[in-house]
Amino acid sequence: MAALGFSPSDFYYLLPELILTAGALLLLLVNVIVPRRDDLLFGLSMGTLAVSALVLLSFAGVDVVVSRGLLAIDGFALFFKLIFLVSAGLTLMMSAPYLRVEGVRAGEYYFLILCATLGMMFMASGVDLITLFIGLETMAVAFYILVGYLKPSHRSNEAAVKYFLLGAFSLGILLYGMSIVYGMTGSTRLDEIAVALAAQDGSLVLSLGMILLAAGMGFKIAAVPFHMWAPDVYEGAPTPVTAFLSVGSKAASFAMLLRIFIEGLGALTPDWQVVFAFLAVVTMTVGNIAAITQSNMKRMLAYSSIAHAGYVLIGVVAATERGVVAALVYLWVYLFMQLGAFTVITMLRRRDVVGDELKDMSGLFARSPIAAVAMLLFMLSLGGIPPTAGFMGKVWIFGAAVDQGFIWLAVVGVVNSAISLYYYLRVVVFMFFREETTGSEITLGPALATALAVGVVGTILFGIYPQWLFDQAQNAAALFGSGAASAMHGFN
Amino acid sequence: MSNAAGFPLLSLILFTPLVGVVLLLLTDRRQEERIRWIANATAGVGFLVSLPLWFWYDTQDAGWQFVERLAWIPSIGAEYFLGVDGFSALLILLTTLMGVIAVLSSWTAITVRVKEYYVFLLALQTGMLGAFMALDFLLFFLFWEVMLVPMYFLIGIWGSDNRLYSAIKFFLFTLVGSVVMLLGILAVYFYHHSVTGVYTFDVTQFHQLNIPDGLQWWIFLAFFLGFAVKVPMFPFHTWLPDAHTDAPTAGSVILAAVLLKMGTYGFIRFSLPIVPEATAAFVPLVVGLSIIGIIYGALVAMAQKDWKRLVAYSSVSHMGMVMLGMFALTPVGITGSIVQQLNHGISTGALFLIVGIVYERRHTREIAEYGGLSKVMPVYAAIFLVMTMSSIGLPTLNGFIGEVLILQGIFVVSKFWAFVAASGIVLGAAYMLWLYQRTMFGNVTNPKNEGLPDLSMREIWTFVPLLILAVWIGLYPKPFLDRLETSVDNVMARVSSDYTPRLAAAGGREAPSGTAGAQAPVRGGTR
Repeated sequence: MAALGFSPSDFYYLLPELILTAGALLLLLVNVIVPRRDDLLFGLSMGTLAVSALVLLSFAGVDVVVSRGLLAIDGFALFFKLIFLVSAGLTLMMSAPYLRVEGVRAGEYYFLILCATLGMMFMASGVDLITLFIGLETMAVAFYILVGYLKPSHRSNEAAVKYFLLGAFSLGILLYGMSIVYGMTGSTRLDEIAVALAAQDGSLVLSLGMILLAAGMGFKIAAVPFHMWAPDVYEGAPTPVTAFLSVGSKAASFAMLLRIFIEGLGALTPDWQVVFAFLAVVTMTVGNIAAITQSNMKRMLAYSSIAHAGYVLIGVVAATERGVVAALVYLWVYLFMQLGAFTVITMLRRRDVVGDELKDMSGLFARSPIAAVAMLLFMLSLGGIPPTAGFMGKVWIFGAAVDQGFIWLAVVGVVNSAISLYYYLRVVVFMFFREETTGSEITLGPALATALAVGVVGTILFGIYPQWLFDQAQNAAALFGSGAASAMHGFN
Repeated sequence: MSNAAGFPLLSLILFTPLVGVVLLLLTDRRQEERIRWIANATAGVGFLVSLPLWFWYDTQDAGWQFVERLAWIPSIGAEYFLGVDGFSALLILLTTLMGVIAVLSSWTAITVRVKEYYVFLLALQTGMLGAFMALDFLLFFLFWEVMLVPMYFLIGIWGSDNRLYSAIKFFLFTLVGSVVMLLGILAVYFYHHSVTGVYTFDVTQFHQLNIPDGLQWWIFLAFFLGFAVKVPMFPFHTWLPDAHTDAPTAGSVILAAVLLKMGTYGFIRFSLPIVPEATAAFVPLVVGLSIIGIIYGALVAMAQKDWKRLVAYSSVSHMGMVMLGMFALTPVGITGSIVQQLNHGISTGALFLIVGIVYERRHTREIAEYGGLSKVMPVYAAIFLVMTMSSIGLPTLNGFIGEVLILQGIFVVSKFWAFVAASGIVLGAAYMLWLYQRTMFGNVTNPKNEGLPDLSMREIWTFVPLLILAVWIGLYPKPFLDRLETSVDNVMARVSSDYTPRLAAAGGREAPSGTAGAQAPVRGGTR
């Protein structure tokens, strides 16, 4: 490790991030030089994501810590970065037609999506509290702007202000927790924190720091009781941004959460297990029950995504390699079903219809059978019905809990997933059982069709043949576990 | 374990309906006649390809037959593992036969969204078949849950009055039961790993486990919730009258004939052999609920004004009887329980067809709306009579065999249980005969009934196989009982440690047939 500055190999391992940065900057430049060429910008940003993903894939099997111990390039990071890049790509495909209908310029929008993705990538790789925080901040700031991107829309503006205020507040709490942990351990590096914590007994101050960290992360993954911002923000934000927020941002926050708590605070596992078990229970239950009463699709999916954070938290509570695998698998399959559902909602946005109310789903099967059948799949998958990917995700989440003897938590989980079916099926009722239709024709452009196809294929493929996914998640979690001092406490 | 067919027969049976689904999807929705032909042909082929299960089944082989085994998710030990014994082979045959009947009976009844209707009906078929074939617990669960979706649509789109309510109630009741069952499955899975070090969902391996008592109880309860909702046992039965009543005729037929059997199948295939001690410990609970179900179902059926609801409640009563026979935990009782499952599929399936036929003509199910139908629809009345007799257990018909075996099986365990079961049979005769009297006998009092056409040729054909089976099982049940022998032996060997398989003991083919049933060793100490 070089004492000062960066070594060339650091830059090599940062190539995916560097490509994203370069692409984003190029995008801004092109936007100024050749204005009003949204298709060009779209192609450029998709290209950037694709190249970044290709370079990233060449790092498969790598397990190194670079940049003076700030960033880990391992299977865990790779897995999450793939989630971010794929979801960013799908978001862009949704965005292009959406922005056209909304009549909004695309330039800065694409730039911000790439910036948010960049932030997420650092959140997955960071093994140092400061790096993680900067990654989070990069992502969050981009999202503050994206949420309020529809300037004339009252809802969008309100959402942005709410998100900004609560986001800033939560970052404050998170920082406070980080500073306490730093104060108690003398380091911001997760491996050094782990070593320091292993050598000392728990203390009240340390518990406070742990709880503040959990609360700060709780805001980001929208766990109850830190979820208040989510429904309003999800409803007000442009639909593709909502989609990206609910998948990308959530996955990134989980990556950071897993890093901090398993790799850094492994010594405190029994303590934070209690905290997260409590959070998981209330998050699932409140999320699902609140979702039942929603009449707006985006709000409903917001509450549903709160509930899904609760399911993933079960995997975190298990705090075993199996638990981490389950969480990774779940976040991966969640990407396809959630973005797929948002693709359908985006599709319903037309010049004369906002399209995000439940009643806008009416008679969808008659008007666009493909979209309706796809939506049916996504709803069943979100509810955990086979043969969809959501089922495999849930089986593994609950399996991780049963394995560790958290039977009661698994019971709460499965009962919740049964409750959730009630509102997912309500969407199905509107789509298939009702005939009335409103608004102009629904058209499925090439970009949306591609996004929809990716969602459908992912949802079915990982439901019927999840072997590849399990293997990848296993690798990711194994490499993660072997990282430095975490081996001492993370996985036994 | 073997596969006498030499080719993947079970997969062929399993995926034939799906081929039909694909063909239907490729057909234009406006060509309704063609869609009907494709669906009927698929169901017919589906039945034909399942026939080797009858002819090639080796009654001497106590192992799993027609086995297929492929890697599915190796990293967690889940396999594509299919196989049958006599019990599941018979249920598969029942399923494919009922598939033909259900599809055929829908020809004129379904006039809207025809294409989707048949797609769901055939998809449902695959789900049910898969559940009966799977020897991998995860695969079983997958099929078990997959079934919910097409059934939900069948009730929700083509049902009557209260269909949305009934559909969601059906879905959620079953789902809550089955997700809890999933936890039970996972518990067995992890326990198996903890003692053998192998991750597998292989049910045949689970059948070898000796799970400690405390854990067994929890697993039994988890399984119980899943299966009892499906059977349905009192007090989990409340979804059934709604779902049955509001489902389209074919939906009710499938629901009664096949879907309910998944619950009893689950008990015999999973609960009894995997957690035998807990099964024995819970006998009082299950028997108590079964007895309540028998009496309560019969009494409520008697009070119904709605024809279809009456038949639905009679299902609750009959399935209580099936459960009672099973939890006698005697070989004769379990055999009777299985035979009665087939009988219930045949007779109740037919009774729902019978209701469906007048419903299609009159669009009402009020019993009071009918009366004297035997004058205008003599063929219909004759078939109804046979099926009524089959349902109440008249000798020479199938119901009798099942009931006698069940009574014989439980009599040796408890005379009181046998007494209650017998009174359930009496009540059954009462409500069925009363129904028959009110709808068929007397003069035609309602002028709307005067011009009702009798059965068409197509409608008659939906009954013919059921009539044949009713008489066949009633007169000569031996081929059926032969097929069940090894299945029952295998289950008994698990629930009773001192049990000697009859095949081995008698050194030959000594099947308990009807009244002259062999007095096989009886499990003691369950009371």
